[in-house]
Amino acid sequence: MGTPATPTANEAATRDGYGNALIKLGASDSNVVVLDAGVSDSTRTNKFQEKYPERFFNMGISEGDMVCTAAGMAKCGKTAFATSFICFLLGRSMDQILVSVAYSDSNVKIIGTHAGLAIGEDGPTAQAIGDVGYMRAVPNFIVICPADAVEAEKAIIEVAKRKGPAYVRLGRGNVRTIYDDNYNFEIGKASVVAEGNDVAIIASGIMVQESLAAAEVLKKEGINVRVINMSTIKPIDRQAIIAAAETGTVITTEDHNIYGGLGSAVAEVIAEENLDVKFSMIGVKDRFAESDSQKVLFKKYGLDAEAIAVAVKKAIAAKG
Amino acid sequence: MADAATVAKLKTKAKMLRIASVKLVYQAGSGHPGGSLSAADIVAALFYHQMKYDAKNPDWPDRDRFILSKGHCTPLLYSVFADVGYFPKEELATYRRLGRLTGHPNPKLPGVEIATGSLGQGLSVGHGMALAGRLDKRDYYVYVLLGDGELNEGQVWEAAMSAAHYKSDHLIAIVDNNKVAQDNMTAAMKNVEPVDKKFEAFGWQVYRIDGHDMAQIVDTLAAVRKVKGKPVVIVADTVKGKGVSYMEGKPDWHGKAPSEELYRKALDELEKG
Repeated sequence: MGTPATPTANEAATRDGYGNALIKLGASDSNVVVLDAGVSDSTRTNKFQEKYPERFFNMGISEGDMVCTAAGMAKCGKTAFATSFICFLLGRSMDQILVSVAYSDSNVKIIGTHAGLAIGEDGPTAQAIGDVGYMRAVPNFIVICPADAVEAEKAIIEVAKRKGPAYVRLGRGNVRTIYDDNYNFEIGKASVVAEGNDVAIIASGIMVQESLAAAEVLKKEGINVRVINMSTIKPIDRQAIIAAAETGTVITTEDHNIYGGLGSAVAEVIAEENLDVKFSMIGVKDRFAESDSQKVLFKKYGLDAEAIAVAVKKAIAAKG
Repeated sequence: MADAATVAKLKTKAKMLRIASVKLVYQAGSGHPGGSLSAADIVAALFYHQMKYDAKNPDWPDRDRFILSKGHCTPLLYSVFADVGYFPKEELATYRRLGRLTGHPNPKLPGVEIATGSLGQGLSVGHGMALAGRLDKRDYYVYVLLGDGELNEGQVWEAAMSAAHYKSDHLIAIVDNNKVAQDNMTAAMKNVEPVDKKFEAFGWQVYRIDGHDMAQIVDTLAAVRKVKGKPVVIVADTVKGKGVSYMEGKPDWHGKAPSEELYRKALDELEKG
């Protein structure tokens, strides 16, 4: 999957937050076990392996077997983290997730790394764009997509505390760290990362970063954008959406297909609550991308800060 | 060697389970008789002789685990569960109706360790339980009952690789090798034989037995607990629909209920058998 850049003090990947959280959990809870499907250096579970080798299980490249093995361990009292690249983890084990984890209510955490077009050069077979849609449709699961490494670490700790199935969507590349240690992550609670009342952007994962960048540019032009990090996509924070709708315009941004993901989840709430609001979705427009850097792909497929800024301006023009 | 009294007792239990299984399918108007009848002797030996468990304390951490990976055979599973006291016998009336006795097992029912019903997952789950037992320094065994048709699922072989790699000698797979799947004879559809050689090549200790010879079943279940350093599979050659002449060896009786007339005939044959 290529060599990532070295993280700086202000940058880290959400997968690194996962690796850090696992080390903490390993120390605090002897029932935490970690499984990987042969990519532990990339998913950062190797950090846990170094410290707690007896509780680390590399199951090789067999995701379905890994998920069910995790379920068996969970049924014997373990908190089991089953980890791989999202594309293969979910693509190869949806049935196992459904039967052995969700329906069985097993205490298994499905942790997928390498979300979306952001992984870049490996191309569409490695670019997960449907996963939030799959997992939202599975009963008993919660779905979380953290925006930076700090939030990822806190989210993993919270997910470990909460008994039952959870899916956490993580990214490969480094992103700006926007939260500090005082941030209080709560499952099901959105957080406002930029204030503004002209337009509200509801974002998740790496798109929180792009949305913030767009908001900074727009601010200089006198447009105040509220950016909401909807890191828990299921159960979604309905109150945050109701509040966002008061701006009159809601735009969702996600590195995911526009069908089934965050945009769909927000649209469901808008429709159910009869919110009077202009609404649009930024995401992958139901197509496969290709290989190139994240920057090039985000530009071509309309996911970068510039595309978001254009959408905001269009929405404001439509308001009149 | 299995003593005669034990064998006689277990044979009586197996007969009772067969009758109860056919009753359940008839009563529900649907369900899977064939694979329940083929596995009845094995299940009787496990639940009335070999396994340590406490139906009144289903979460006892040191219990042996049983996973019905061929999850469609709930007529057999629920028959034995009701008899050993996991739930009241009267509840059998709700089989395949609203409540806990779903067509395929779910863990809301005491005794069910994990949901099954999508084939191929049970061996991996059982392996996870065996690994957890090793971590926790517990001495329980995990028994996973698979169908031969189920061996078409690739995940079974992923699990076979994993368990051999981890030297999981507390994992015991039992293949109810009845040679018949829903559509056809397994050999005609996608042949799984030689089952024993396949597992052997994967690094398992293999036993091949007559799955209707109670003494052999009892002896083998005792022997497998002495194996160290590798997982064990018992390939039990069985007859699908065993004990009911018109069901024996017939794919048609994989998953349907008999008419009243055929039901009476089945009971008659099983009582005499």
